Amino acid sequence: MGDNITISQSELIALVNQLVDQKVNARLADVEAALKSIQGTVGTLSENCPEDRATLVVFSGEMDTLFAAFTIAVGAASMGMEVSMFFTFWGLTALRKDKTFSGKAIGEKMVAMMLPNGPHAVPTSRMNMAGMGPLFFKYLMAQRNIESLPNMIALAQELGIKMVACEMSMGVMGVTRAELLDDIDYGGVATYLGDAAKSKITLFV
Amino acid sequence: MSNVDLDCKGLNCPMPIVKISRAMKELQTGVTLTVTASDPSFKADVEAWVRKMNQKLTSFTDTAGIQTAVIEKIS
Repeated sequence: MGDNITISQSELIALVNQLVDQKVNARLADVEAALKSIQGTVGTLSENCPEDRATLVVFSGEMDTLFAAFTIAVGAASMGMEVSMFFTFWGLTALRKDKTFSGKAIGEKMVAMMLPNGPHAVPTSRMNMAGMGPLFFKYLMAQRNIESLPNMIALAQELGIKMVACEMSMGVMGVTRAELLDDIDYGGVATYLGDAAKSKITLFV
Repeated sequence: MSNVDLDCKGLNCPMPIVKISRAMKELQTGVTLTVTASDPSFKADVEAWVRKMNQKLTSFTDTAGIQTAVIEKIS
């Protein structure tokens, strides 16, 4: 014979509610744990997913190479991409607005003397012919109504392209912040890698 | 449907897409931009720009080197 328990209706309802709560809570805990793990995975994925971004390292400092770098950068910005350009060693010339000698050590003065005054005075990578090449190319470009390098740099700034000067190469070449364009950023290799890791396109020019 | 004209004749790469990008930002959805250009890479560039920017190239014609692209702002 089974046990016959007498129970009032209200006690029965309370008991059923309690059992239902226990079951639901146990199930919910599983769902919440699964949700948390999915949220974590999605977070990691979006963290590692490239953005609509292009990053360029500008290492060389000739008229033609700089022109190529700025054409790509301006083009990318016009195609809706976030663009960062990192200027290191010879590439720093693109950002130079001034050249100063005072307050510099002898070695730095010598480097300053040998470097071009700025993007308007850079050599060409081929057919430089002791400075005749750039004059010839400038003439050809003006004839064909192609933008000048200084104009392309101004356009890049206007389009909000992030320009970062490498502090380490500035130090080596004795370039000071006062000699470079206003409204640029300064950084090191981690600044470049941080942006490059999030980029669909990264180039070394 | 309203339309805005943009003259890029005589301009070279990358200036036509720079100008198109600027002009399109000013437009409302549904408005078209009629671009005329002489740059030899214009067709390839405007097609790539439209694809990347999710816009619509309604028509493209080339009459003796003067190319005309009609772009509709759809997004």
